[in-house]
Amino acid sequence: MGAANIVVKDVNKVFKTADREVIALKDIQLEIPRGQFVCLLGPSGCGKSTLLNAMAGFSLPSSGTITADGKPITGPGPERGMVFQEYALFPWMTVEKNIAFGLEIKGMAQTDIDACVTGLLAKLGLTDFRSRFPKDLSGGMRQRVAIARVLALDSPILLMDEPFGALDALTRRNLQDELLRIWAETGKTVIFVTHSIEEAIYLSDRIIVMTYRPGTIKRDLLVDLPRLRDPSSPAFNALKRELGQLVMEEQQRHHDSELMAAVD
Amino acid sequence: MAKMQWREIGAGMVVPVVLIAIWQTVSALGWVNDHVLPSPVAVVQRWMAYLLPQTAYAETGGNWLRWAVSGELIVDALGSMYRVVVGFAVGALLALPLGLLMGASPRMYAWLNPLAQVLRPIPPIAYIPLAILWFGLGNPPAIFLISIGAFFPVLINTIAGVRHVDGIYLRAARNLGASQRTLFVRVILPAAVPYILSGVRIGIGTAFIVVIVSEMIAVNNGLGFRILEAREYFWSDKIIAGMITIGMLGLAIDIGVNKLNNYLLRWHRGLEH
Repeated sequence: MGAANIVVKDVNKVFKTADREVIALKDIQLEIPRGQFVCLLGPSGCGKSTLLNAMAGFSLPSSGTITADGKPITGPGPERGMVFQEYALFPWMTVEKNIAFGLEIKGMAQTDIDACVTGLLAKLGLTDFRSRFPKDLSGGMRQRVAIARVLALDSPILLMDEPFGALDALTRRNLQDELLRIWAETGKTVIFVTHSIEEAIYLSDRIIVMTYRPGTIKRDLLVDLPRLRDPSSPAFNALKRELGQLVMEEQQRHHDSELMAAVD
Repeated sequence: MAKMQWREIGAGMVVPVVLIAIWQTVSALGWVNDHVLPSPVAVVQRWMAYLLPQTAYAETGGNWLRWAVSGELIVDALGSMYRVVVGFAVGALLALPLGLLMGASPRMYAWLNPLAQVLRPIPPIAYIPLAILWFGLGNPPAIFLISIGAFFPVLINTIAGVRHVDGIYLRAARNLGASQRTLFVRVILPAAVPYILSGVRIGIGTAFIVVIVSEMIAVNNGLGFRILEAREYFWSDKIIAGMITIGMLGLAIDIGVNKLNNYLLRWHRGLEH
């Protein structure tokens, strides 16, 4: 692991609606070293996706700065590839075209694009689906295509917004292993948003637990278990219990505030 | 598979065959006046006469194809089709860029949408007096009316298509580094295609209605003209033959547009065949 790759400094994010303000992120400080696999964990409404979107450049902070490799983030770009929960594949493009799209934008030569796409299709087990449209693919296959699409960009940073949230448990585990393999091969920095405690422990070097509104960092801990991790091992479960308590506290606050809102 | 299809076609034929049999019986028994309702046999005979060339082959100077399509029905159908195609093309080609612009630019939308909303409910047929005043008789007023009929469905659907592009596609494309131009050409435009095509379908349907009406008023050939002409001579068999032709042509256009639709939207979920 090298120097800090992503630096989040004094970040606040306020969403204004007609009748109120929601403080989604409050005073976030974070340094992520190159090559680290980081999970942002917390219940819905804790600002983990807001923080990820700020890193992606989709929704910039209200105050504070985020830098990637020393450069301030001002908008989305291919150096920070994003995988979405909803796959976000372009349905009018074949699998091949979806993966090639980012490369075409870069202006890569067609023969190089073909070689790159062929390699990625093989890497993700998609070779037979090359000329299919996304509608003909299962959820797991679609997410493989989405992963191949960002890998094509060869960006040093991979942002993932609950990418496996919509998949069944077996497909999910399958893709988690695939992701770990790719991460080990490529050494990318991965920021992975999830609300699954088990997923966070299974995947990451480091877990950042966030609080429900305002979103702050509640706990920042390193996961020091050898991979591939065994979810049934005592160490795994001890960590799961500890994190479970932290997350449930925030989930309870979420629940209480919803009840309050209903009373209002 | 093929066997099932034949069975389906057979099932679909039962009711029409029964109805035609009843119609023929009623006519044969003389229960209705021939001028009010001619028999199906008379309609078919008239339809054949309408379809086939009116002159003998020898008189045309040896061009076989020209002779074969010299029947009144074919000339009429081609005339009507020509007006539909040209009128639709004019209307749609004006509506498409305008719709893309209005969909993509909130300012253009704010400027032009009120006007579009006021003009849109005016049926194209209400433009007939103006069309004749401006363009006289013949093809120009007909094409003008048809293009108005095609214009609004394509415009409204194009605007809706561009405005309803799922934000997730825009985010994904921007994440991949797409410029505004790439975003528009490779993401917004294809994402809007299902809407645009449904506008095209409505537009062609409207164009087909308007062509018949405009031929009744402003043109002296075409299927619409022909059935009105037949009424003046009390040729009710020819009226029905003309109506059947109009129906078949409409069906053919719809099948054609449908095929195009399915080809262009082969990526689209929930659209099979």
